[in-house]
Amino acid sequence: MKASVNRSTAATKKTPSGIAGFDELTGGGLPHRRSTVLSGGPGSGKTIFALQFLANGARKFKQPGIFVAFEEAPTRVVGNLQGFGWNLVQLQAQKKLFLLDAQAAPNLVQAGDFDLAGMLAVLGGQARAMGARRIVFDALDIVLSMLPDAAARRRELRRLHDWLLASGLTALLTAKIGGDGAQEMQPLGFMPFMVDCVVILNHRVVLGVSQRNLRVQKYRGSGFDENEAPFVIGKDGFDVAIPHASTRSSVPVGLERVSSGVARLDTMLDGGYYRAASVLITGLPGTAKTTLSGAFAEAACGRGESTVFVSFDSDGAEVIRNLTSVGIRLQRYVKSGCLKLISARTLSGSAETLLVRIKSIALEHRARCLVIDPISALFTAGNELTAHGVVDRLIDWSKSDGITLVCTSLIDETTNGKTERTQLQVSTLADTWIHLNYLVQAGERNRGLSIIKSRGTLHSNQVRELVLSASGVTLADIYTAGGEVLMGTLRWEKESAERVAQELTEVQSRLRRVRLDAEEAELEVRLKSLQTELAAKHVEKALLARTTASRQGRITKGRRQLRELRGGDLLRRERR
Amino acid sequence: MSAREVFKFRLYTADGTENSSLALANLSALCRLHLPGRHEIEVVDVFRDPSRALADRIRMTPTLIKLAPAPVCRIVGTLSQKERVLLALGLEPIAA
Repeated sequence: MKASVNRSTAATKKTPSGIAGFDELTGGGLPHRRSTVLSGGPGSGKTIFALQFLANGARKFKQPGIFVAFEEAPTRVVGNLQGFGWNLVQLQAQKKLFLLDAQAAPNLVQAGDFDLAGMLAVLGGQARAMGARRIVFDALDIVLSMLPDAAARRRELRRLHDWLLASGLTALLTAKIGGDGAQEMQPLGFMPFMVDCVVILNHRVVLGVSQRNLRVQKYRGSGFDENEAPFVIGKDGFDVAIPHASTRSSVPVGLERVSSGVARLDTMLDGGYYRAASVLITGLPGTAKTTLSGAFAEAACGRGESTVFVSFDSDGAEVIRNLTSVGIRLQRYVKSGCLKLISARTLSGSAETLLVRIKSIALEHRARCLVIDPISALFTAGNELTAHGVVDRLIDWSKSDGITLVCTSLIDETTNGKTERTQLQVSTLADTWIHLNYLVQAGERNRGLSIIKSRGTLHSNQVRELVLSASGVTLADIYTAGGEVLMGTLRWEKESAERVAQELTEVQSRLRRVRLDAEEAELEVRLKSLQTELAAKHVEKALLARTTASRQGRITKGRRQLRELRGGDLLRRERR
Repeated sequence: MSAREVFKFRLYTADGTENSSLALANLSALCRLHLPGRHEIEVVDVFRDPSRALADRIRMTPTLIKLAPAPVCRIVGTLSQKERVLLALGLEPIAA
C-alpha cells in the first residue's frame, strides 16, 4: 500500500512515446518509470507500437531502450520492421537499442519449476551498461504460459513487477488477447491490475473492411481519452487519430477569399469561398458536382496554388478528359506539377487509412487546395461507424493546415433516408454547402444550383441554373412565372419572348417620341407666326398713336394762333 | 555409452531463490546416484555474473547446461521431474 502512495505522487510525469496522436491522447505518453500493459489480438500492431516506442526514445529523446523478444528472433523483428525507416540496425550499433532474444530454445528441456530471475539479472546488467531508460517485454504471455501453474505465474509476475519498479525503467509489456470481455486479461493474470496503464489494441473487420482501434483502458493518476481512437499503421509506423478539440481552437481565422472557379458563383458568395474553408457540394448523380469542383481546382492552379484532386469515381486521365469537355483544362497543370490528380480507386482500406494516405499525399505536395470527389466514398459499407469521425478529422486537419477543402457528396435518390442523415452530419461541419439538383420540366432535365449555407459570407438566396458548355461553366438566372420555375428551353423561350416584348415596347416608344416631336415642331411654328403677327400689331398700334398725337398738336396750335390774331389785349391782361 | 565418460555440467542459478537451491540439490543427488565419480559441476550465479549469463543465453533460472559429452543440452527448472532429466541426459533410470 505504501508503494501505491509513492506511485501516485509521481504518476503525473510521463514518458513521451513519440507516436503521432498517442501522446495527445494520454496527455504526454506512458507513465514515467512505470509499467504499461499493451494487449491486442494477433496482427493488432503490438510489436510495431512497442518498437516504435523504443526507436523514438532512442532517436528523439536520448533514452536508450531494451527489447525483450519472447516470440520472435530479434533479427526477424528488425527485418520485419525495416520498412519504417527507424534505423533499427544503426541504433543497435550505437548501443541505443538492445534486443534480447528470450525465445525458448527448441531443444530446451523443461524439468520442474523455474523463474525469471536469471533473465532479470541479465537485463539489469545490460540496462546499467547502456544506460537504458525504456524496456519492452514483447509477448510476455509466451513465457508465462511455460510456467507450470497459476501460482508460479503469479509469483513470476510479482517478481517482474517488483524488478521493474526497482529498475526505474519505463516499461511496456505486450500480451496477446483472444476474444473480448472477461477472458480479455487472462494471459497476464493480475498484471493489468498492478500496472499503471493499460492500452488495448483492437483489430476488427467490419463488412470486409479492416478497422484498427486503440483504447486506453486505465491510466493511474492521469486523465485520458476513454474512447476508442482509430489508428493506422502507415509508412512511419503508428498514426493514432485524435479527436479534434485540441487542435481546432488554435487555428487562425482569415478573411482571404478564393475563387470557386465560376464567376457568377463568386458573386453569389460575395467574393468566393474563404481560404481554409471546407466546402460541401451535394447533389444527385450527374448534377455536375465534379465539374464544379474541377472548376475550383482549375482556378486554384491558375493562381499557382498546389492542388490535390482525389477522385474516387474515375481515373485521372478520365477526369481530365471529362472536364475538358466543359472547358476546364487541367492537363497543363498536371504537366507543370501544380495539380496532383489521385485516383483513389487504387487506394484501398478503411476510411481511416484513406484519410492518412490523403493527408500524406497533401503534405508531400504542399497542397493549398484539396478536392475530394466524392467524400461519400468514405461512407461505404463497413465504414459507417468510423467515416463520420474521419470526415470530422479531415475537416479539422485541412482547416488547421490552411487548406481549402472542396468535397462533393452524392445524394442518392433511392436510399434517401440514410444518406441524407450522413450528409447532414457532414454538412454541419462544412462552412459552405452548395446543393445541386435537377428540375425535370417540359421533357428536359436542367441543373439548378443553390447555396444552402455559407458561414460568415453574404450569399444569394436565389436558385441559379447551372449551364455547362464547351466554353465553360456559367450560372444563369432562372425564371419564375406564376409560381413555376423555368429552366433550360423554357427559360430560353421565356427569355426570347421577353426580348421580343422588349423590342416591341422600344419601337412603340420610339414611334411615340417621333409623333411628339412633330407636334412640338408644329406648335413651335405656330408660336412663331403668332409672335410675328403680334409684333406687327404692336407696330401698327404705335403708328396709330403717333398720327393721333400730331393731329392733336396741329389743332391746338391752330387755335392759339387764331386767338392771337383776334385780340392782343388779352395778352396784356395775361401779363398783369 | 562408455561408463568412463565424465559429465560436465554448468548450472546457472539465481542465488536466494527456492527454485535454484532446489535444482542444485536435485543435481547433486542425481550425480551421486547415476554418475558417481565422473561428473563436474560449475555453478554460476546470474546476479554475480550477468554478462556470462547473457553470453550463454540464459533466460530462465535455474538452467542446467550439459557441456559434455556431446550433444550439448539445456534443461530448465528445478530438475524435480527425474525421468525427464535422465532422458535428456541420455542416462538409464535405476530402479531404486
